[in-house]
Formats: sequence, structure tokens, C-alpha cells
Amino acid sequence: MMDDKTLAELTEKAKEIRALTIDAIGYLGVGHLGGSMSVVEVLTMLYYRHMDIDPSNPRKVDRDQLVLSKGHAGPALYSVLADKGYFPKDWLHTLNRGGTRLPSHCDRNLTPGIDMTTGSLGQGLSAAIGIALSHRLDGIASKIYVIIGDGESNEGQVWEAAQAAAQFKLNHIIAFTDYNKLQLDGFMYEIMNIEDLTAKWVSFGWFVQRINGHDLAQIDLAIERAKKEPLRPSMIVMDTIKGKGVDFAENQSTNHNMKLDYETALSAIAKL
Amino acid sequence: MSKPLEMRAVYTETLLKLGRLDERIVLLEADLMRATGSENFKDEFPHRTFNVGVAEANMVSISAGLSSAGKLPFTNTFACFAARRTFDQFFISANYARLNVKLVGSDPGVTAALNGGTHMAFEDMGIMRTIPKLVIFEPSDPISLIKLMHACVDYYGCTYMRLHRGFADVLYDDTDEFELGKGKILRQGQDVALIATGVVMVGEALKAAELLVERGISAAVVDMHTIKPIDRNLVIQLAETCGAIVTCENHQVINGLGSAVAEVLVEEIPTPMARVGVKDLFGEVGTLDYLKERFGLTATVIVEHAERALEKKKIAVKI
Repeated sequence: MMDDKTLAELTEKAKEIRALTIDAIGYLGVGHLGGSMSVVEVLTMLYYRHMDIDPSNPRKVDRDQLVLSKGHAGPALYSVLADKGYFPKDWLHTLNRGGTRLPSHCDRNLTPGIDMTTGSLGQGLSAAIGIALSHRLDGIASKIYVIIGDGESNEGQVWEAAQAAAQFKLNHIIAFTDYNKLQLDGFMYEIMNIEDLTAKWVSFGWFVQRINGHDLAQIDLAIERAKKEPLRPSMIVMDTIKGKGVDFAENQSTNHNMKLDYETALSAIAKL
Repeated sequence: MSKPLEMRAVYTETLLKLGRLDERIVLLEADLMRATGSENFKDEFPHRTFNVGVAEANMVSISAGLSSAGKLPFTNTFACFAARRTFDQFFISANYARLNVKLVGSDPGVTAALNGGTHMAFEDMGIMRTIPKLVIFEPSDPISLIKLMHACVDYYGCTYMRLHRGFADVLYDDTDEFELGKGKILRQGQDVALIATGVVMVGEALKAAELLVERGISAAVVDMHTIKPIDRNLVIQLAETCGAIVTCENHQVINGLGSAVAEVLVEEIPTPMARVGVKDLFGEVGTLDYLKERFGLTATVIVEHAERALEKKKIAVKI
């Protein structure tokens, strides 16, 4: 359990990460704002409390890893990595510009601290299985975290991977679904419903928890429980709000990849 | 010449030996272990063998993850699934991520035989050839298979190997050296060069060269085991020496060996050529011999194409 001081510090950190991300997208004028905002809390809890990592040695063999399978949320992760010192913060203003080290979707070769290249949806959990199998072979007691989008969960490969992780008893995989109920074209219940998502993961043999994905204490507790699971991979289904924290974008079906001028971005940051 | 060997048996035996030398090597299968015959690797290295069930796309992305953590995955499936079914996973998770996945597609082209049209990969090299930097090769005999597997392990980067299903004559001896991207001249000739790839068509090209001798034509035969990167220097050299080229592949003529050779010739040294291969057709079921006849993958057809190329050469010389 987190004490009040830690909770207050991490709450402040999440606000900083949200601000850095809005700033980077606003500076460019367009970006994947909605899905970046909905994962800020989980990224904060992973990188500032749970993951065993060393920013001065991004490829340390026995580090914990994160596969951000919904690679379009890269901007939120870049804010975290810059703040952790993987690269200078001024890189954030190069987001998506020609020659940048911070492309719209995560790239393990371009960005220090990115563990796996993602962007074509559905492939991240499979890659995480590969990493987890390798670590088990080598006797490395690491955790492999994965963040999957809810729209991404329409992809069949997610469910191929769900079978395999359970079959291989990869209890060191701790995955999250960013369940913000919106996909690119609109609300999931209108486009392609994935309910009952919790029951689906349970039926695939996973240890499943469902939490409020913007509640740091709930995320913390769920990760602690997942770490103790002896046999099954873990799925933490997070109910989230796409665009969380940016009032005019929250829960808007148009916020997947939206225009955001810098002035509006700065005023959104001021309201956080 | 020693007796023919079953190529998949040579592959799995070689993989086992490589696995003993290199702990990074892991094996991935998608419920075709009995077809590839890789159970010997599993028996010796159960913890380094991962059967993912009938889920090829998942298998390729898992392989990419294993590679990102330092392993060297050999990832097996039929050629038809390797290319058609896992293209995006192989493209993004493995190649775009600059990882080191050795994808192996067995039973290419007509060697899928009794599995029929659904399983007949006439397009795998064509699809794969569009992936930047990917190395694509098809060994033509047991010795080249062993040597090219060693070369492939020594090379960092993704590769796609077409693996013949069935027996193959031994064309080389142990002293022959192989390099990815460097073709091998199996027979010297002056009039026309037969550039072939894979067990089926290198064998037919050698037979065709004998038939051409009877017609007073001297044909060079080249084993172009690597179709990407294509051995540009060798293609140019053959064009200069022979002035006529015939490509021979157990694959569509679209975007395979014939296309790769034509691209070099057109840009560097325009030369009369003809392509032996599948002419824009889907696969069918049948025995290997039936299918070779059906799709024009025989020495006789190569001879006809060689004569056509030589006719064009004569016209070109007159002009």
C-alpha cells in the first residue's frame, strides 16, 4: 500500500506527465491525444514505482520491460522517459518531425528506453511473450508489462497471444487493457463491441482484475496482486477515459488523433 | 555423387548441431513439427522449443520478442503461411524492428504437391522481396543447405529461407564455400546462362544444359540461391559472357528470381532473357512430377525458353 505522501507525489508526477504530453502534441499541433491521456496514470505507476529499470543503461539485460502495444500512445511514454532521464526533455518538441527520435509509434531503435517497436496493432502481447520466454530461459526474474488498447483488442492476434501466454504459464507478464470505450471510428459498442472483456480474459486462463485506470492506489494494488500470481499471466482491465484531463477532449469520439493548437494546449495544461 | 538426402531432415539435423554450439538458438513451430520433423531439436532442447499451436502470426511476433531479448529464433512453417499469413508480423515486429528472426518456409511451390493449391506458395519470394534489407534464399542441395544455414546464423538480421520438401541430389562437396548473396556457377557455358534457384529448378536447369549440348548450345548453369540481395555482379558477368539469360524458379515469374535478374539487366546491361516459372496461375493438387509438367517447370520448357532467348539474341546482334 502506498502511504499518503507517496500517493501525493505520484499524483503530482502524473500531472507533470500529462502536461508534458499535451505540450508536445500541442507544440506539433496534432497527435494521438486521447489514447495518450488515458494511459498517464498506469505509466506513472509503472515507471515511478514498480519497474526495475536504469535510465543510464536502457538495454540492461535483467530490466523490467514495457511493451506499449498501443504504440500510438508513444507521446505519453516519451514524456515519462524524458522525465526519467533517458533522453533530454527538449526532444519532446521534436515529436513526429522529420528526423526525430520520437516517432508517432514506438520504435526500439530510435528512442532510448523503448523496449519494443509497436504500431501495427495486435502484435505487442506476442512480442512480450517472446521476451518473457527468453527471460525465463535465462533465469531472469523480470516482469514484462504490456499495455493493450481496447480497440486493439478487436485484433485476432491478441487472442492468439492470450492463449499462448496462459499455455506457457507466463506469470511474469502483467498486461493492462486501456478500456476507454472508444476506438478510432467511434464508441466501441457501436463499432465492434468487446464485452464481456473481463470474462473473456478469465476464460482464456488469465488472472484478471478490473480497476479504475485513473486511480493510482487501485493501479498500485492491482500490480502488487499481479506480481504475486504464481502461475497465470495477469490482465488488469482499466476503465479509463479517452482524453482524460483535457476537458474539451474527454470522451469525445473525435479525440483519437486530433488537432490541438499550442495556445489551447497551454490553457489545457493550466487547468490540470 | 552421394545418394540424395531429404532436405527437411538435413535442416533439422543441422539446426540441432547449430543449437548445440549456440545457446541463443531457439525453435518455434506452429503445429507443424511433425511435418518439418524438428522433434529431434525438441527432444534435446525442450525448453528452447516453443510450439504455439496453429497461430503463425503470433509465432512470428513471439520470435521477434525472443530476438529482442537476445535469442536467435528459427521459426518454421509452410512457405504459404510464412508469407501470406505472417507478412505484417514479419514486416513490423521482426524486420522494421531490425531484429534477427530466421523464418523458414518449407514445401515451397510445387513441392507442396498433395497439399494442393491452398498450400502452394508460388508468391512467397515475391511478397518477401518487398521487405527492406531482408535476405531471401533457397538452398539447392543438402551441402548448400548446411553451409547457408551456418552463414545465416553468422549474419545479424532477418532472413527468409525456402526449404525444399523431399529428396535432393547432392550437387556440391564439403569444400565448396557459400556466401549469402553470392551465386554459384555449377557449369560453365558461352551461349546462354540458365540462372536457377532451389532444388527443383537447379536440377531441371542442369538437365536442360545437357539437352542443349545435343543441340550444339553451350549453357552455363548458375545456382542463384540468394534472390535478395541478388548477385548483381554475377548477373552482369553472365550477360557479358553469354548474351542471353534464362531464369528458372519454382515460383511465380512475378517478383521472384526472374524479376530480380531482369531488374539488374534492364538497369545495367540490357540482354535478351526468358523466364521459366509459374505464369500467373494458382497452385493445384497433384504429384510433384505432374505439377512440374502442369506449370512448365521442366528441363524441356527451359530448353524452349533458352532457344527463344537465343533467337532474340541473334536479332539483337543483327540490329
